[in-house]
Amino acid sequence: MAFYVVQFLTGLASAASLFLVASGLSIIFGVTRIVNFAHGAFYMIGAYIAFSLTERLSGAFGFWGGILLAALAVAVIGVIVEMVLLRRIYHAPELFQLLATFGLTLMVEDLVVLIWGPDDLVGRRAPGFRGAIDFFGQNVPTYDLFLIVLGPVVLGILWLLFQRTRWGVLVRAATQDRDMVAALGVNQKWLFTSVFAVGVFLAALGGALQIPRDAVHHAMDLRIIVEVFVVVVIGGLGSIVGAFVAAVLVSELNAFGILIFPKISIILVFLVMAVVLIVRPWGLFGKPEAAARKTPGLTVNPWRPLTSNERLMALAALVVAATLPLFAGNYLLTVGSEIAIFVIFAVSLHFLMSVGGLASFGHAAYFGLGAYGIAFLAKMAGLPMIVCLLLGPLLGCMGAAVFGFFAVQLSGVYFAMLTLAFAQIVWSIAFQWVEVTGGDNGILGLWPSSWAASPSHFYWLALGVAALVTVALRAMVFSPFGYALRATRDSLLRSEAIGIDAKRIQWTAFVIAGTTAGIGGALFAYLKGSVFPDNLGISLSVDALVMVLLGGVETVSGAVIGAIVYKALNIWLVSQTDLSKLVLGGFIVLIVVVFPKGIVGMLEMLAQRRRKASPPGSPLLAKPIESAE
Amino acid sequence: MKLTVQDLNSHYGPAHILFDVGFEVGEGEVVALLGRNGAGKSTTFRSIVGLVAQRSGRITFEGKDVSAKPTHEIVREGLGYVPEERRIFTDLTVEENLEVGRQPRRPNAPHWTREKLFALFPNLGEMKNRPGGRMSGGEQQMLTIARTLMGNPSLVLLDEPSEGLSPKIVEQMVDAILTMKKEGVSIVVSEQNLHFARLISDRAYIIERGRICFGGTMAELDARPDIRDAHLSL
Repeated sequence: MAFYVVQFLTGLASAASLFLVASGLSIIFGVTRIVNFAHGAFYMIGAYIAFSLTERLSGAFGFWGGILLAALAVAVIGVIVEMVLLRRIYHAPELFQLLATFGLTLMVEDLVVLIWGPDDLVGRRAPGFRGAIDFFGQNVPTYDLFLIVLGPVVLGILWLLFQRTRWGVLVRAATQDRDMVAALGVNQKWLFTSVFAVGVFLAALGGALQIPRDAVHHAMDLRIIVEVFVVVVIGGLGSIVGAFVAAVLVSELNAFGILIFPKISIILVFLVMAVVLIVRPWGLFGKPEAAARKTPGLTVNPWRPLTSNERLMALAALVVAATLPLFAGNYLLTVGSEIAIFVIFAVSLHFLMSVGGLASFGHAAYFGLGAYGIAFLAKMAGLPMIVCLLLGPLLGCMGAAVFGFFAVQLSGVYFAMLTLAFAQIVWSIAFQWVEVTGGDNGILGLWPSSWAASPSHFYWLALGVAALVTVALRAMVFSPFGYALRATRDSLLRSEAIGIDAKRIQWTAFVIAGTTAGIGGALFAYLKGSVFPDNLGISLSVDALVMVLLGGVETVSGAVIGAIVYKALNIWLVSQTDLSKLVLGGFIVLIVVVFPKGIVGMLEMLAQRRRKASPPGSPLLAKPIESAE
Repeated sequence: MKLTVQDLNSHYGPAHILFDVGFEVGEGEVVALLGRNGAGKSTTFRSIVGLVAQRSGRITFEGKDVSAKPTHEIVREGLGYVPEERRIFTDLTVEENLEVGRQPRRPNAPHWTREKLFALFPNLGEMKNRPGGRMSGGEQQMLTIARTLMGNPSLVLLDEPSEGLSPKIVEQMVDAILTMKKEGVSIVVSEQNLHFARLISDRAYIIERGRICFGGTMAELDARPDIRDAHLSL
């Protein structure tokens, strides 16, 4: 019994940091509507700076002062980031802000390694809380007890801050209606900056307080950000009390899950999140969103099929691409195949996001399922490649059919989070069900049949499939199904009012996108000769998002260009520099700030402007994003 | 002049909404902006306080050009705005809603306190701690006006204050507006309801399809039933 109590206390202690970080994220989202992906990065910097400060400053005063100073320093960094970067993109669609903060995260991951080195750093124990107390023969670290007390104390302080101060009242008002707050004479800019500073301070404090418990390392940002998203979604976006309850819930699930269901411990949290989202989509303590914000797809110039000239140009580009094996070596051909496969993957997500308005954060699940489908068919059933290629993606299709059914019941951020949860569940199964999937070791030895074995043949195969998939999805955009899907994207209510079964249309789109991603995954398995849980991991899902946004979410097939540029740049950078994440992250941030409409979107805009150059007075087209607000 | 609007043009995306709108408001005056649904009344107000991104023209408030300023700076000059949709903060209590509107007192404008506003709108005083979302439409309308007055404005843009209210509440609204006027607040009130406008206004402008097509005193408007019938639904 004592053991379970101690386990419970350990869970409560972990909840403290999680709550600090989650409440920060929740506050920032509530007011600025920014889903701050970089929140984990601020948490990590907080831990690193606190480590350095507590190593240098001596005594109890030095330790606690160091922790606070670290959190303050990171808050200042946060303010700079907000003023320099985020202020420029508040009017951009939500996803762009996510992309920009993701770029920041990449940069920070390399920067901390550059400054503090790649090794784990073990920090000082907290003065006054070094020991442990005995609880019926079990040890409970006193620092854990300190954290257990700290959590509710911070909750109380935040509650007072939001309920009893003018700043808190303004923040709560801005959470509901930013424009109205401005129309009452409040400077939103500084309100946003201060909110961001408080949120980042909380994240950094959460990181700094972890150093006596855990080693500081350069991957702690991604681990926490996923957990924090889960906490915030379970608790309800924007609710501080919700963040607290959910942080305790998640931490206890982690603490006891490992004891009771060791096999599915990683999934448990995501299962709970999925259930919460399905039963109460706005979270335990959240409120249903009043009206959905206009997200992707508010284009000033309507989509149209390619003109015959443009078709010829696309065909010419394809022919040029097909000549690659005539002069390129094997390495380049492999790179080419990989890019083609990622074009398939990106185009499938683009279809869901741009045409369907459904931004999936777990699209890699269906890519990975396609890859595992191949592995099962080829390794276990021993089927030939052509059969595998036709049947393998069906696993992605089935996954998308099951998960998509639940996911399309939600929209916006909640849709994104549910798809993320499903992807994590699939990932956990691949990771933990070692007997079938090989776990972390993956499934090796998948080689293409002889007809596709040579790099040039495989390249042609990948290129051909990519072209086919792109054309097919494009055709679908301009089919009656595509019109219906776009109608549900632009206005769910109105589309239902004219007799469109919106959920079914969206579900169908989800399945189409999942199956297409599965095709990409199937080819990927043959390209690499192996399948790993990483093939359905979060980072791959994020890669896909970046490719789509880079290409331009408001375009018909910008993802093709986005995938080529991102993947080529990625591969090239990794071969050229150790700081590839820093460069890539900087590149993403730059793209978001300078070309908020993506590469293809920007090209379209330039073409549009040239066409309209003669009659002056096209400032309308220069500011399409503002008009979308 | 308190407020001068000249050559105001506004767009929503590709749609041109206001065409060279111009009007003036004198010190302490109540001016009505009359027009049908969709004529451009709300857009005019939103443009003046800088809530429409694509606008051009010259807006002078107390001699200062405010046309290029951001919304919060315009409002802080003493130009209050009461939106048509009320836009109460539904999660906040009555007192908290008022707190959001609070600004320092201004030398050239009447100073409003909570107590003074609760005297002006007695209903609000009885529900200080009620969340804005649990109030009737009339109470919400009073709260929006009170909230804007907390900023101690010297001029208020009132967007359709009588819309959707019961006759009894409309009467209270007339009293409140006349009290504001007596205190020295200049008011521009947009209305579809001529009878309501007549009770409070000194002068009126008529806006139709984004253009001002009449300007004059209420007596002058009454002398031109043709204009009244052509541009205002009765």
